[in-house]
Amino acid sequence: MSTTLFRTIQPNHFTLLTTALLRTRRTSRHISVRCQTSTTTQQSSSQQQQPRTSAPKNHGSNKLDEILKDYEAVIGIETHVQLSTSTKAFCSCPNSYGSHPNTSICPVCMGLPGALPVLSSKVVDFGVRLGLALNCSLSLKSKFDRKQYFYPDLPKGYQISQFDVPIASGGYVDVDIPLEFGGGHRRFGITRVHMEEDAGKLLHSDAGDYSQVDLNRAGVPLLEIVSEPDIRSGVEAAEYGSEMQRIVRYLGVSNGNMQEGSLRCDVNISIRPIGQAEFGTKVEIKNLNAFSAMSRAIDYEITRQALLYNQGQADQIVTETRLWDEGAQKTVTMRKKEGLADYRYFPEPDLPEVILTQEYVDSIRASLPELPEAKRRRYEAMGLGIQDVLFLANDVSVAEYFDEVIGKGADVKSAANWLMSDIAAYLKNEELSISDVKLTPQELAELIAAIKDETISGKIGKQILFELLAKGGTVQGMIKEKDLVQANN
Amino acid sequence: MLSTLQPPRSLTLLPFRRFHGSKTIASLASSSPTLDASSVSPPQSQILTTRRSLLSGETTASEIAKSYLSRIRLTEPQLKCFLHVSENVLKEAQEIDQRISRGEEVGPLAGVVIGVKDNICTEGMPSTAASRILEHYRPPFDATAVKKIKEMGGIVVGKTNMDEFGMGSTTEASAFQVTANPWDLTRVPGGSSGGSAAAVAANQCMVSLGSDTGGSVRQPASFCGVVGLKPTYGRVSRFGLMAYASSLDVIGCFGSTVADAGMLLHAVSGYDRFDSTSSKQDVPEFESQFLSMDSFESKPLKGVRVGLIRETLEEGVDSGVRSATQEAASHLEALGCLVTEVSLPSFSLGLPAYYVIASSESSSNLSRYDGVRYGNQVMADELNKLYDCSRGQGFGGEVKMRILMGTYALSAGYYDAYYKRAQQVRTLIRKDFKAALDHNDILISPAAPSAAYKIGEKKDDPLAMYAGDIMTVNVNLAGLPAIVLPCGLVEGGPSGLPVGLQMIGAAFDEETLLKVGHIFEQTLNGSGFVPPTLPNVA
Repeated sequence: MSTTLFRTIQPNHFTLLTTALLRTRRTSRHISVRCQTSTTTQQSSSQQQQPRTSAPKNHGSNKLDEILKDYEAVIGIETHVQLSTSTKAFCSCPNSYGSHPNTSICPVCMGLPGALPVLSSKVVDFGVRLGLALNCSLSLKSKFDRKQYFYPDLPKGYQISQFDVPIASGGYVDVDIPLEFGGGHRRFGITRVHMEEDAGKLLHSDAGDYSQVDLNRAGVPLLEIVSEPDIRSGVEAAEYGSEMQRIVRYLGVSNGNMQEGSLRCDVNISIRPIGQAEFGTKVEIKNLNAFSAMSRAIDYEITRQALLYNQGQADQIVTETRLWDEGAQKTVTMRKKEGLADYRYFPEPDLPEVILTQEYVDSIRASLPELPEAKRRRYEAMGLGIQDVLFLANDVSVAEYFDEVIGKGADVKSAANWLMSDIAAYLKNEELSISDVKLTPQELAELIAAIKDETISGKIGKQILFELLAKGGTVQGMIKEKDLVQANN
Repeated sequence: MLSTLQPPRSLTLLPFRRFHGSKTIASLASSSPTLDASSVSPPQSQILTTRRSLLSGETTASEIAKSYLSRIRLTEPQLKCFLHVSENVLKEAQEIDQRISRGEEVGPLAGVVIGVKDNICTEGMPSTAASRILEHYRPPFDATAVKKIKEMGGIVVGKTNMDEFGMGSTTEASAFQVTANPWDLTRVPGGSSGGSAAAVAANQCMVSLGSDTGGSVRQPASFCGVVGLKPTYGRVSRFGLMAYASSLDVIGCFGSTVADAGMLLHAVSGYDRFDSTSSKQDVPEFESQFLSMDSFESKPLKGVRVGLIRETLEEGVDSGVRSATQEAASHLEALGCLVTEVSLPSFSLGLPAYYVIASSESSSNLSRYDGVRYGNQVMADELNKLYDCSRGQGFGGEVKMRILMGTYALSAGYYDAYYKRAQQVRTLIRKDFKAALDHNDILISPAAPSAAYKIGEKKDDPLAMYAGDIMTVNVNLAGLPAIVLPCGLVEGGPSGLPVGLQMIGAAFDEETLLKVGHIFEQTLNGSGFVPPTLPNVA
């Protein structure tokens, strides 16, 4: 059967899609906490300049600012989250990233004649979790629909999705804008969260003369989160995206990895003169595989559209899909939309309605972990500065580690400092994540206590810290072994 | 259990018995049923007979298989019921014989020779839904129904011809061949399960599986003079049935007796975790319903409330069909039933609603046949051309027409006017049936407005052909079970043409249908609907 899978598809008019469809595997996964925040910072700060450099030359920076201040951007984001369920959504194939092409497939996800989908209850479970985490109201009775279009990576000729009755809708998410971008809180509306399946992948030959289909990803469960058009800038968008990533990681519903395509954001953006009520023409931006890219792409697009408005060429802003070209640092037309795409949605007759009982929803609500926003507010209430709060709450494993340390009675401020400075630096250098270190939260608390009661000096504490991080052991043991008790005791 | 056993028709290999009755329609149903079946003995269950004769050592599965294979060889050139005949029939029969000789247990369908409609997946055996686009396609798995049959010892003898993907009422829309009606070779066997019906009628197999989306089991059963059983939606797993209209499709059963159809249904029924629309309702042991005539009381159906659907006897229905139905109603009355007329006000709305829903769902279900992964692919230098050519050359005219209709009905701006409205009609039809079945145990109607018509007669008139589905489509829209069994003959062909009576039951109450159907069949004077000897069969 495998021979039928690798049938050659001749190149076609969709070749422009190549970059979007080809998700290259990047093996180096930076899990260091410090690394993540610092890249976000770098990325976000670079957005200040990038669009300006790629804007037409005859506009000086000041003049551009003058133009931009007359316009307001209206941005909505569609986020696709690949769920970390053990199986695909509608069959029992393993949901594993990076397998050899077409090794994780069966009659159902290949769309063979006579095969039928059967919903994995885990998908509903994750949908409810995310819906609750995003403060949505849940549909106790939702259903699946078929979204129909032809493409070789879509085996059935339709995608099983949810159309008019999504599992969750009408929620919101709260974010903290980092201080370097002005700080403050923002609340963005969540229009809906719905369940659907992923498509396969096309692999194009180097010479571009044929393509192959890999269906490993076909049928992998997704949750699509649609935001309200409440977002106004690249920074806000990046922060919204980061919060989605934090939330799905906190919930354990996805690894949220953008490079692997586990978290994908498509941006819808239009601008309008400030004071105008109606929306401008909407442009969609795809191929955003980092929040920094999202931020820069949006700011580029705002500038591009504002200049067109300013030059009296607003009619050149057309409904289209644009790609973010990372190399050129600009958005380019991918395809113009000829009218509205008609997906001919209709209720999926192979699947019964999804019925949730209130007890089920309540039990999931009760099992939800503390979410990033609640953590941030709690840390803030403990007296930590917003920088510390954002750092600690950014990565769920760091936050959990921190919570354990202070749970052992450690001084809050000291614990935060250790985590943010020496430990973070260590993790970055060693390319490790917090869960890899040998130092237990208990011992970090001991260490902090030992320094506080002046059993050891801060300097000695640092020495011990690095040994404990690398090799483990106890603070007391280390003190005894090395006879490190401070002389003045 | 049947008390009087005769050698199954299959074992005699004699020319077919000619039908004894005259060509007048009233000849079969008498107003006072004679329970001693004077002229012809009532039809016997071939499944029970096979079981008995195998276990008693009277015959072997191999002998039975051989006789069927030679029967197929003899009759197939005229009938063309099969698209594929299995090479493993004798081997499987021998295995059963070996088990019996070793004293091992065999399944309840051991040695039963079964035809399977070509849109039902059989592992390693071609399964094409009679479509060019799946020519030579061999699925890597058995449909759940087929798997169950095999587990119970049934022998899949081959794949039966049909209208492409189930779309048609004559089996003329097969991409490969036209099946003839065993009662008159110039007539259609009905459709879409025409091959399965004709094969049972011509005794090429004992029982067969078909599929019924809008009448595709019941109408050919009527045309071919066999029993066709359409179970409740959800009773039989659809896993492995190539979808035409998922919310309407069911796998159904053909037999030469009600008992055979019922026992085959029992074998394939039940919840299947691979089909989330299959039901967890218990499957009762139907076999206890198939009592022998000796045990019938004088009014064996006393108190059974039967509603004759008024709208099914109005204009557009052949007079012969109408009187056969009325005779059947009288026969039921004579058996003790309380027959009254009932009205289903939404009856006439069913046909257009059916064609909207079925076409819409089919336009989606057939999207997977794109030439990319399997089936016929036409190479092209550009993607859209690959789709155009593979689908353009792979699908027949009727299929293309329904895909177009369905695509149109689901398009933005038309959805509300067509698909949504059709669903509202569907709800209405369900309600009307529910109300009628609250006051009646079963409802009866003709199975089709006419007996089998000539090959080619309606080929270029799709609307006339669609209109022929008026008796059956509503039952699919409501998801109810129904059985069609021969109740009379009308003039036509060398020895008359059979007409079927449709009995409709409440959801998951196949039991009542089988009970009433069996008694009706066993007591019908002069019963035994065997088509005339096929000409030139040496």
